[in-house]
Amino acid sequence: MPKNKLLVLALLLLPMPVLLFSLFVGIYSIDPITVLSILAKRLYDPSGASPWPDVYETIIINIRMPRILLALVGGIALSVSGASLQGIFRNPLVDTYILGVSAGAGLGAALGIAYFPGVPGSVQALSFAMGFAAFFTTYTVAKSKGETPVISLVLAGVIVTALFSALLSIIKFFTEAEKLAGVVYWMMGSLAVTGWGPLSQVAPLIMVGFAVAFLMRWRINVLSMGDEEAKALGVNVGRDRLILLLASTLMVSAFVSVAGIIGWIGLVVPHTVRMLLGTPDNRLVVPLSASVGAVFLMVADDLARSVASFELPVGVITTLVGAPFFLYLLKLRGGSAWK
Amino acid sequence: MEVVRISGLDFSYGDGFSIHADSLRVYAGEVLTLLGPNGSGKTTLLKCINSLLKPNSGEVLICGKEIGSYSRGDLAKAVGYVPQSHAPSFPFTVFDIVLMGRVSYLSIFQQPSEADRRKAEEALTTVGIYAMRDRIYTNISGGERQLVLIARAIAQEPRLLLLDEPTAHLDFRNQIETLRTIKRLSRERKVAVVMSLHDPNHALLFSDRIALMRGGKLLREGPPDEVVDSKSIEEVYGIPVDMVEHSGMRYILPAKKGEWL
Repeated sequence: MPKNKLLVLALLLLPMPVLLFSLFVGIYSIDPITVLSILAKRLYDPSGASPWPDVYETIIINIRMPRILLALVGGIALSVSGASLQGIFRNPLVDTYILGVSAGAGLGAALGIAYFPGVPGSVQALSFAMGFAAFFTTYTVAKSKGETPVISLVLAGVIVTALFSALLSIIKFFTEAEKLAGVVYWMMGSLAVTGWGPLSQVAPLIMVGFAVAFLMRWRINVLSMGDEEAKALGVNVGRDRLILLLASTLMVSAFVSVAGIIGWIGLVVPHTVRMLLGTPDNRLVVPLSASVGAVFLMVADDLARSVASFELPVGVITTLVGAPFFLYLLKLRGGSAWK
Repeated sequence: MEVVRISGLDFSYGDGFSIHADSLRVYAGEVLTLLGPNGSGKTTLLKCINSLLKPNSGEVLICGKEIGSYSRGDLAKAVGYVPQSHAPSFPFTVFDIVLMGRVSYLSIFQQPSEADRRKAEEALTTVGIYAMRDRIYTNISGGERQLVLIARAIAQEPRLLLLDEPTAHLDFRNQIETLRTIKRLSRERKVAVVMSLHDPNHALLFSDRIALMRGGKLLREGPPDEVVDSKSIEEVYGIPVDMVEHSGMRYILPAKKGEWL
């Protein structure tokens, strides 16, 4: 058990105040008292008259609220999938990129944006399909004689990522100019396109994936000992790893389909959690990665919405935080990072 | 009680190396040592007894049941496997590592219970390393790690304990201490033990029976006094040796052939 139970409790509860605070942030300035009053009215007196313009209520309830909740579930998806994959691959420096999931889901979403604009659900459906396609390509290429050695998986993931990125470039090349802007903006990663609709489509999928990873959190510890040892300890390694990989793919492709490729969270958050708690035990790392990941993406999106007079893509902010962090880890761990 | 029965086992990696074992039995409460040089097939045979490798032909029975009919989980309740000690990627505590021995008793979505934690603590006590409970596994010495892995296997509550070169990378004292612990466990808990060793003297000191291996074949098998003599060791290792007696024990020494260097 952790020496600091208070820290664990604080980290688990942190998303709530951050969520509330995020409601205050935006290009259109609405003072906190009014924001709280709008929330209170919604909860206790939805049909009553209000002293503020209707547009305030629309901004808080229909724009900021779903966007912040999308950041919350997105942070959970990216961080928890990162923590799971790091356990499965016994490598603290991998996340969904390694498997090609992000590239696959990205290609699918770009296809949807470029060729099926206005067809409801097409971006999400294609993103899932291609995310899973990328994952299954990686998995089947790596699998031989009923075994899936980690090194083959990682190499296959790198190749699949390269392939899907090249296909994405072709799509960009053939996309008409006015749609290209949409594809490019989405690719940089942004939560701006949201509303209750996309959120209600992807949040349940992310929650299913999270539930699976949460229930298997201790088993991830055992899987992190390596294939042969986990087998000798009585784990059906092929099955358990496949379930966790599917759960991770589900979470990430669901999120990518609405928000684009937002990187680095899956790497930064689980590692920070391990350092804060001083333990790699996934019984704590998985749930705390969920809450810290949610906080991280909500805060990053607050910055995206407020540092400039126009909105920055949130993916740029997470990359600006994540890439130096990655370099620091690489330097810290030196040559042992990829062993 | 017969815990392991091997008959007509053949295994091949497909690159030319293969092992063959006509007949081998192991009984509860005894220590069987696989003795032979590097590449003689000891590890391969151990992995066949744990279904980590699937034999091309022949039969392996664990507690009277064909090994292929066990699920992974059920096999782990019968067979504990101690790999050569190594450093995992994540700095788990010793207790967390030993607790992993309980995974075969839990369903896929289950977390270890208070009872599982007690079993892990008992295993630490049995092996005599309870005081190391909260140490970080990646920071302890190779000898200590070997004991932790043995405790983890004990937490599985197995009938059979397989150990792959439990003395590799250990210093003189830790080699003897580890082998002593293994022998004691086999006596106290009536566990059958199969381990592979490099050193004929360790085999002589701690085995109830020895199986000599060379080039993937089981050459001879039986009590140390019958199996190990200077001739059989010369045959297996390919160097001249002398056998000496000291306070009632027999030891193998490399024979001096002209000048040492």
